[in-house]
Amino acid sequence: MSNDAAAPERLVEQSLYEVRKTIYPRAVRGWFAAWRWALVWATQLVFYGLPWLQWNERQAVHFDIVHRKFYIFGLVFWPQDIIYLTVLLIISALSLFLFTAVAGRLWCGYACPQTVYTEIFMWIEKAIEGDRAARMRLDAAPPSARKFGLKAAKHGAWIAVALWTGFTFVGYVTPIRELWDEVVSIGPWLAGGAAPQLGPWETFWILFYGFATYGNAGWMREQVCKYMCPYARFQSAMFDKDTLIITYDPERGEPRGSRSRSADHKALGLGDCVDCKICVQVCPTGIDIREGLQYECIGCAACIDGCDQVMERVGYPKGLIRYSTTTALEQKLTRTQMFRRAFRPRVLIYSTILLAIIAATGVSLWLRVPLKVDVIRDRAAIAREVEGGAIENVYRLQLMNTQEDERYYYVVVSGLPGIHLATRGDFLVDGASSRMVTLRVRVGPGAVKQGTHPIQFHVSAAGVAGVEVHEKSVFIVR
Amino acid sequence: MSMSQFTSSFWDLYISIITIVSIVGCGVLLVAQSKRRVAGGEAETTGHTWDEDLGEYNNPLPRWWMWLFWITIFFGLVYLVLYPGLGSYAGVWKWTQVSQLEAENKQAEAQFGPLYDKFAAQDVATLAKNPEALAIGQKLFLNTCAGCHASDAAGSRGFPNLTDNDWLWGGTPEAIKTSITEGRNGVMPPFAPALGEQGTKDVAHYVLSLSGLAADSIRAERGKPLFAQTCAACHGADGKGNQMLGAPNLTDKTWLYGAGEAAIIEGVTRGRNNQMPAHKELLTPAKIHLLTAYVYSLSQQK
Repeated sequence: MSNDAAAPERLVEQSLYEVRKTIYPRAVRGWFAAWRWALVWATQLVFYGLPWLQWNERQAVHFDIVHRKFYIFGLVFWPQDIIYLTVLLIISALSLFLFTAVAGRLWCGYACPQTVYTEIFMWIEKAIEGDRAARMRLDAAPPSARKFGLKAAKHGAWIAVALWTGFTFVGYVTPIRELWDEVVSIGPWLAGGAAPQLGPWETFWILFYGFATYGNAGWMREQVCKYMCPYARFQSAMFDKDTLIITYDPERGEPRGSRSRSADHKALGLGDCVDCKICVQVCPTGIDIREGLQYECIGCAACIDGCDQVMERVGYPKGLIRYSTTTALEQKLTRTQMFRRAFRPRVLIYSTILLAIIAATGVSLWLRVPLKVDVIRDRAAIAREVEGGAIENVYRLQLMNTQEDERYYYVVVSGLPGIHLATRGDFLVDGASSRMVTLRVRVGPGAVKQGTHPIQFHVSAAGVAGVEVHEKSVFIVR
Repeated sequence: MSMSQFTSSFWDLYISIITIVSIVGCGVLLVAQSKRRVAGGEAETTGHTWDEDLGEYNNPLPRWWMWLFWITIFFGLVYLVLYPGLGSYAGVWKWTQVSQLEAENKQAEAQFGPLYDKFAAQDVATLAKNPEALAIGQKLFLNTCAGCHASDAAGSRGFPNLTDNDWLWGGTPEAIKTSITEGRNGVMPPFAPALGEQGTKDVAHYVLSLSGLAADSIRAERGKPLFAQTCAACHGADGKGNQMLGAPNLTDKTWLYGAGEAAIIEGVTRGRNNQMPAHKELLTPAKIHLLTAYVYSLSQQK
């Protein structure tokens, strides 16, 4: 460029910030669209439905942040169970690695909330404003009562879905039935009655999550994937030549061009691509898949569904755009040969680790003891001599009953000759709550040498086999 | 009180100018760098090359991205108007850490005040039977007192047991409340110079004999007049102590620094200095009232 000194350079002023070009994705039906809708239904039935289920006269899934307890059906998780959250995140990450290595951006294309809510919002948009061509006409048209009415209806419907989503989100933290009553109390307040019971933070999070849903699924759409999402970038880094990606088969398709239905395209020197641009019109990120794999591609397979329908109509074999791998395209592999290559070391290693972690977590949850004990030794009062020369140490035990019925617990101490409790060792602890108890532990006169000695506390539930916790501590004699 | 009262006002100016120039500079940079002149029709690359042939397109950012920059600039300016940030300028809202603490304390007061008021109106002996009051009292005790008196309030070497009926300064609700509020300072001066080595040992054996511990009867006999002369002023002629002075009873089985000849000789030789700090600055009268009830209840159980 610069060594072409003879030609006068034609400089153009260009903004470094461009206005987003609105994408009008055309609605598509087909095998993969059906899969996406199946996942929309599955994920959203769970999300919207779960908080309404009851269990033991409480909400079945309730993240009680105020009392720091997470209820998931029969399980109660305490802050000390944070390891299970860590494990859940590790399982999610490894699953993402595995699925991405096998079939590319499956998560993005079918299950990501951004995709799912965009799909729902696009469905509403289509129902109100019509499909691609109708929407483009509407946006180009001058302002009119009809245009205003359609836009108002669309945004009204979007906002309704978004607010319900925000309400459901908060319903996992505040029991959703109580939250509903609180929300309903806004009505009388607006009519001049008593102040609503809805708390300021509940209001904030309903509106915040609702606004995020409305903004991301209604306005931001593909920009979230292109500019904001970190997963998009690191998923691309996990691709290899045997990863299933959505590909256009240029060898079969090119040279592209329109032709009359009766013409023999091979005689005309044309490939199978009729250049109908359906694949571009259906793309939610506005790319042309025929240019090859691009970072914007979220792997939703809308172009496959679109192209297959056209191929069927013109009587060509399906699969001009299809799930394939770079190797399969280069070496012209059959589908069986291609799928066989899925079993490569990276996939096998991810699968093995993932299965091992899931199995270990399952076993750990199964064997979980619904009792936690923290032993806190009194630090300032190290060791006291009591009447008769016996030595006494003081301990605070935090007894945490992590299941939902009240229970009696017995505390026993061991580890030194003649060591025993000088206070009562049986305690009643309410369901799903904790109790701090103070214990005096005593050793007879002269029974133990000066110094620090390891001892153990044994706490067991009365009448329940297997509910036992053993905690270490020290006994000091001076 | 602002920093400028003991430093020069130069630093106020210095900070303010740097802050404002930086923020305005960001805006100027944003405007200056939002457009560029390029040769038409060509997709430009950044000119950076990695791994031999990997280039990077110099594509424009979305417009809303620029608005995010403007929003941060706007936020920064609004913040500096509302909050202290420019030298000693206090901000429109006059916010300080102290004022925030006071506001939060006021809120806590409003929330818990009625509960404390309810208990403050009842006497200690009544509260000592009220489980709700005792639960609060125990929490206060574990936070404030357990460090020395232990979690079970039974004390430790040098720190008295609060669960028995033996009191240095008295076990009535009033005495306990005074101990907590004003603190106590129990001082026993060293008597080694007055008594001499043998005299100290003799007194120690007399003290041992007072509480029925094994003692050398000859030394105890010799120590008796020395005790009357030196110790009885505080501990009483009969050795039963004096709660006005915090002088312990020497005839019972309670020994703050351990029983035995060595511990007593040490006490007589070097003296003892026992300090319970005052808590009137740390706890509100309502909290001290509840704490008194809790401590009082400990010795009422048997």
